[in-house]
Amino acid sequence: MHSISLALNGKPVHGQVEGRTLLVEFIRESRGLTGTHVGCDTSQCGACVVSVNGKAVKSCTVFAVACDGAEITTIEGLAKGVDLHPMQVAFKEHHGLQCGFCTPGMIMASIDIVKRHGKSVDEETIRRELSGNICRCTGYHNIVKAVQAGAANM
Amino acid sequence: MENFNYHRPATTTAAVALLKKSKDGKFLAGGHTLIPTMKQGLAAPRDVIDLTAIKGFSGIKVSKTMVTIKAGTTHQDVTMSKDVNKAIPALAQMVGKIGGVHVRHKGTIGGSLANNDPAADYPSACLGLGATIETNKRKIEADKFFTGMFETALKNDEIIIAVHFPIPKKASHQKFPNPASRYAMVGVFVSQDGKGKTRVGVTGAAPCVFRAVEVEAALNEEFSAKAASAVKISAKGLLSDMHASAAYRAHLLSVLAGRAVAAA
Ligand SMILES: Cc1cc2nc3c(=O)[nH]c(=O)nc-3n(C[C@H](O)[C@H](O)[C@H](O)COP(=O)(O)OP(=O)(O)OC[C@H]3O[C@@H](n4cnc5c(N)ncnc54)[C@H](O)[C@@H]3O)c2cc1C
Ligand code: FES
Ligand code: FES
Repeated sequence: MHSISLALNGKPVHGQVEGRTLLVEFIRESRGLTGTHVGCDTSQCGACVVSVNGKAVKSCTVFAVACDGAEITTIEGLAKGVDLHPMQVAFKEHHGLQCGFCTPGMIMASIDIVKRHGKSVDEETIRRELSGNICRCTGYHNIVKAVQAGAANM
Repeated sequence: MENFNYHRPATTTAAVALLKKSKDGKFLAGGHTLIPTMKQGLAAPRDVIDLTAIKGFSGIKVSKTMVTIKAGTTHQDVTMSKDVNKAIPALAQMVGKIGGVHVRHKGTIGGSLANNDPAADYPSACLGLGATIETNKRKIEADKFFTGMFETALKNDEIIIAVHFPIPKKASHQKFPNPASRYAMVGVFVSQDGKGKTRVGVTGAAPCVFRAVEVEAALNEEFSAKAASAVKISAKGLLSDMHASAAYRAHLLSVLAGRAVAAA
């Protein structure tokens, strides 16, 4: 077992993990934060996307032990109390979800897109940049609208 | 996934020593090939030796004639690098098409080359530009590095340190991505150096990346899109699977070579 310490949604967290413990397992099973989802076992779907040291990564494809000392933000870390993050509000307002399974990863990926491309990111860029996030419900149109609206309000 | 001992050495020497001591050790870089492989049970190393804490393991240096990318540099850092975009725009653009951005935030050039996936993009750039792969032991020309499907000239305890890409006069990369996986069904990297010599690296089409020597010969005669796409590629030895037949891939190869020359 390895001891790790990291900042999870701004709070210091300590834990014991095996070498093989994936970051997503640590987040969901050790910390009980089940907003981060697992939608595949091939690193393709993006339901597990979280921010590690300011970058969107697939938490199913990172070992928790390698995140010792990292700053991690999950979907649970976005809202301020009852006030949702502008990107969460936009997904709600623009019907950017149906079953919601892909949504945490979509929102974490979308915030990362805005960080890199700015508030006025265009539709083509959003579509290209969401290629690592799969949604089996919406057909993507409303997700793209939501990201554009959320970006403008960030 | 089987459990393993995790190591995080601070130097290349320590990493090599750990690997030598292990019965069945594996280096870990971005993990975006190794971890999915371990999840599937296709790899079950006893010792995982994480290279990412090694000092100076990532970074980019550009001189007048050469782009040098250290092994641990992520795909995202390469595609965003102003220096690479200026020196070899085709390389920066190609790397920007590897997977999605989350994959690019973790995946590294060293991991991609050591893995030598038949559909990976970097190997075609290495052949297409005549790169040199520098390890902790020696320098290996790209032409001698990729030896077969998922096979390279690397010894078990050999670590890629950096990759040196000569800056060409012109270059372009064209990829026909599988719409689901984004890996190349066929990818073609064409370059021409200052002396007019052409190199054409092809990925996705065969079990291992290769140089399309027929296309190179045609382009050395006349560097034109027409000359490239007029070359008839034999389907013999090319991959045939649920995504595309060998004949389709052969056709794609000359079409993409033509487009690459047009865009170079
Ligand atoms: C969803 C998805 C889509 C992808 N799409 C593409 C794509 O379109 N094109 C593409 O080219 N790739 C693609 N990839 C692969 C991606 O680029 C990988 O990151 C890369 O192939 C491996 O790099 P890594 O740093 O993650 O290596 P790891 O997974 O850490 O390691 C891979 C292998 O290389 C060895 N290794 C790592 N570093 C070194 C080193 N410095 N010296 C010696 N051996 C080393 C390891 O021991 C291991 O055997 C995709 C991956 C995923 C998950
Ligand atoms: S769970 Fe599908 S990419 Fe991580
Ligand atoms: S809303 Fe159901 S998977 Fe995207």
